[in-house]
Amino acid sequence: MIYFDKVTKRYNDDTVALDAVDLRIDPGEFVSLVGHSGAGKTTLIKLLLAEERPTDGRVLFETTDIHALKPRDISRLRRNIGTIFQDFRLIPKKTVYENIAFAMEAAGRTDEEIREDVPHALQLVDLAHKAWSFPHELSGGEQQRVAIARAIINQPDVLVADEPTGNLDPRNTRDIIQILQRINDLGTTVLLTTHNQNVIDMLDRRVITVEGGRIVRDEIGGKCIL
Amino acid sequence: MLWINIRRILKTGFVQFWRNGVVSLSAVLVMVITLFVIGLVLFTSALLTASLTAIEDKVDINVYFTTDAPEAEILKVKQALEALPEVAYVTYVTPEQALENFRERHKNNQGMLDAVDEVGDNPLDAILNVKAKEASQYEGVATFLDQNYPTGVGSSIVREVNYFQNKQAIDRLGQIIDAGERLGVIVTILFIIISIVITLNTIRLAMYISKDEIHVMKLVGASSRFITGPFLITGALYGLFSSIITLILFWPFTYWLGPITERFFVEVNLFEYYLSTFGQFFVLLVGSGIIIGAISSLLAIKRYLKVK
Repeated sequence: MIYFDKVTKRYNDDTVALDAVDLRIDPGEFVSLVGHSGAGKTTLIKLLLAEERPTDGRVLFETTDIHALKPRDISRLRRNIGTIFQDFRLIPKKTVYENIAFAMEAAGRTDEEIREDVPHALQLVDLAHKAWSFPHELSGGEQQRVAIARAIINQPDVLVADEPTGNLDPRNTRDIIQILQRINDLGTTVLLTTHNQNVIDMLDRRVITVEGGRIVRDEIGGKCIL
Repeated sequence: MLWINIRRILKTGFVQFWRNGVVSLSAVLVMVITLFVIGLVLFTSALLTASLTAIEDKVDINVYFTTDAPEAEILKVKQALEALPEVAYVTYVTPEQALENFRERHKNNQGMLDAVDEVGDNPLDAILNVKAKEASQYEGVATFLDQNYPTGVGSSIVREVNYFQNKQAIDRLGQIIDAGERLGVIVTILFIIISIVITLNTIRLAMYISKDEIHVMKLVGASSRFITGPFLITGALYGLFSSIITLILFWPFTYWLGPITERFFVEVNLFEYYLSTFGQFFVLLVGSGIIIGAISSLLAIKRYLKVK
């Protein structure tokens, strides 16, 4: 469903972030991308979200070349790819409920759907009691759970999680990974970047190791060797 | 769907305005200054125009006739003058009326009145008082008089045209009025541009804090239009609130200045002027406030929307 076809990304100062990367991710997979900081993991994610353009090669979502899309179609694509980040990226002046509802409004969903789905998503991440809190009133783990609820509210085909546990303690990390596993069990493809050894061990799924802009290892059920 | 979107955009705009209270307040305060300046410029130009019109109104040409000029001839001149396109109206002052005016003007000066009585006969001549439509047109009227009724010629009934004595003053006034109007337009435009630039920068700063927010909205899949809408509403609300505050501030301001302007300028009370033109002021300030606010936020947001 996601294909990287000889993708190279070079920045203006001639730094090579990705070097002719070939990658294929099938529907329903749970893939972990591992590697040191600066290895190229985040660039890979940014290319998938059309935040950056590749210098060479193509990135395909199903049969669509992501970087040939018009701005309006990019918005549509992003509604099909849920995203979670290390720094949560919630909208600070919106309540938990509004943050999640915003993603649905942006997708043009009706008020009835919003009233029905948002409480449901909050229950899934065990935050129903915090619906009317603002992000700054929540702990890091809670904020990340809100971000997950927002990412899955439009039932995307893919969930991209860029270092989602980077700012969390072991207990919250375990919670978040369990939620991601549950989402994957429901059929959503999950792409996770991390450099947390415990997370990889906990998952026991496909692991892709990136180093110096290249994929150096791709193992199913493999262990991470950093 | 369109209606739902409009409703959501309006609601989000209002909520955004309310929750970013401090930022909204500072943007509104800066806009109040902008709109106040625009209002002041309008007041000044109104005062200037009113006083210039009043001064202009005082300029005229007096045609003095010889003592033996028959009234029928004088009325003929009056008719000829009235036929000129640049003449607004002509008033005929008979010698009797001229005397009466003279007595009225000098009623506190017994010496003058005695002197007139001493002469016995009415020493004053008939006068035609000519008003042109604009100050610059007196030249033409004077030329017409000079060509058709030259003074100092044996048979001429016209003794004197006072334009030639006042010519310099009239020319000068014409120039001042012209320059005043031109300067007024330039100053107005300049002030408005400066205040818009200041407002624009303030709103740009206010929107800067939303930079990351906009990025997140884009990543969640919101279209540019859906993101821009609420910011447009917030900007328009800055304009709406600041224009209402400005309109309220002008109340005590003009009330206080009213008597002063009445004394300085020719009978223009600023407070009365404000009350009588309140409707126009309301439309103008609220309209320009909303437009400046909305356009400023649009320009500010556009920059952050470019980031993918």
